[in-house]
Amino acid sequence: MNQDQTMHGISVRVKDLWKRFKNNPEPVLKGVSFEVYPEEIFVIMGPSGSGKSVLLKHIVGLEPIEQGTITLNGEALDSCLESRKYRIAMVFQTAALLESLTVAENVGLYLSEHRLKPPQEIRRIVTEKLRLVGLTGVEEKFPSELSGGMRKRVAIARALVMEPQLILYDEPTSELDPISAAIIAGEIVKLRKQLGATSIVVTHDRDLAFAIADRIALLYQGRILAMGTPVEVKMSPNPEVQRFLNIEINLSEIVESHEKHP
Amino acid sequence: MFRNIGELVILLLRTVQALPLVWRQRLKVIDQLYEIGHTSLLMVCILSFFIGGVLTLQTGPLLAERGLEGVLGSIVGVSMCREFAPVMMAILIAGRNGSAIAAELGSMKVYQEIDALRTMYIDPVHFLVLPRVVAVAIALPILSLFSILVGWLGGALVASINEQIRVPTQLYYESLRQAVDFSDLANGLFKSFCFAIMIGIVCCHQGLTTIGGPRGIGRSVTKAVVNSIVLILICDYVLSRFLQYLE
Repeated sequence: MNQDQTMHGISVRVKDLWKRFKNNPEPVLKGVSFEVYPEEIFVIMGPSGSGKSVLLKHIVGLEPIEQGTITLNGEALDSCLESRKYRIAMVFQTAALLESLTVAENVGLYLSEHRLKPPQEIRRIVTEKLRLVGLTGVEEKFPSELSGGMRKRVAIARALVMEPQLILYDEPTSELDPISAAIIAGEIVKLRKQLGATSIVVTHDRDLAFAIADRIALLYQGRILAMGTPVEVKMSPNPEVQRFLNIEINLSEIVESHEKHP
Repeated sequence: MFRNIGELVILLLRTVQALPLVWRQRLKVIDQLYEIGHTSLLMVCILSFFIGGVLTLQTGPLLAERGLEGVLGSIVGVSMCREFAPVMMAILIAGRNGSAIAAELGSMKVYQEIDALRTMYIDPVHFLVLPRVVAVAIALPILSLFSILVGWLGGALVASINEQIRVPTQLYYESLRQAVDFSDLANGLFKSFCFAIMIGIVCCHQGLTTIGGPRGIGRSVTKAVVNSIVLILICDYVLSRFLQYLE
């Protein structure tokens, strides 16, 4: 862990990654391969249950690699995590804030636990990072007192305190109203510009993906169906890709059909 | 089962290895101590008072019939020290605080808080397990000592007011003073300390290995309490035999 390392995004290379859970004979990931370039926003999109979050957990070291390889700047992930060579932060789908700690304690946890800065300096950094994600005056609140959008922003601030070279976002806009989702999307783009970190965003939100991505990979049933810039993915000839991108759910039609044919 | 035992041993070793960091975690240890103390103290008083009382009530008349009521204080004194206080307090703490530890860590596991700690290179054993195990290891012997004193008091009160026994308080305490020595007290406190480590490790392990949603947390809490109580009783026999051998 070297807090003084210069702030540059790192490259991530995933090669032929397979994952099979004990109780499920069907693999969750089936030979997934892709490369994320330094400082880019790479979005992994796909329907629920396609293996997106599992893939993210592999990159941050929360899931052991059974088959395949992951490298950061060309070095094996395991050795990078062991030596703590790169700073990797993750924003969880549920925000995963520690409920027993205040917002300030949550955000400053990395610095205080590793004793990287004195308490006054930590307080200053916490306030600064919270301001960066548009939150002020919430330092002494507990996570349970915050809305879903605010919790997500606190989670982003907690990630920023690490001055990460790689940020992983797991469904950053899930369970949020459209305004909060737009604010979070704006934060992701703004932070990439300010920090120069590489960002990998996992989402099933098509609007978010096309709004922020430099490149998109569409993951479906454990395989990558399409990968490229947003325009390239939109133009993909693969019918599954087109089905996912073009499906329009009209709730009023569904309700009407249920009323007619109960 | 063998896998669980292996994991428990590894968690214990990792906690022992993390002991030099306990000063850094002192505020969390104090928080946990306060939690254990303020939730258990009243319960400890009530439970211990009645254990001492019932012990006197059951043995007193039998001793009085045989003209041995003079040794009642010794019996209550030694039993409370060596057996009842450490075992009953351990069971109480397993139920009251062990379940809370398993539920809290289980909930943190299920809601990815522990994953979040790992991504910040914070070891859950240092951050969560160490303060809890140390706090239980400090609190349980103190509560047992308290329990011993309150149990003696309960026994003395019942001995003096029960018509079938009628042992004056002075005689009761005189007999107790002659029978109970430092080794009895040390014996009980040593047992308490061992039970505390066991409760802390078992409950933290159950919490950290929770899977599933709220139902998984419920399962972990039940398993934590049941496993702790079974292990306390098995360990009690083993430790009693070991301490007898040493004496």
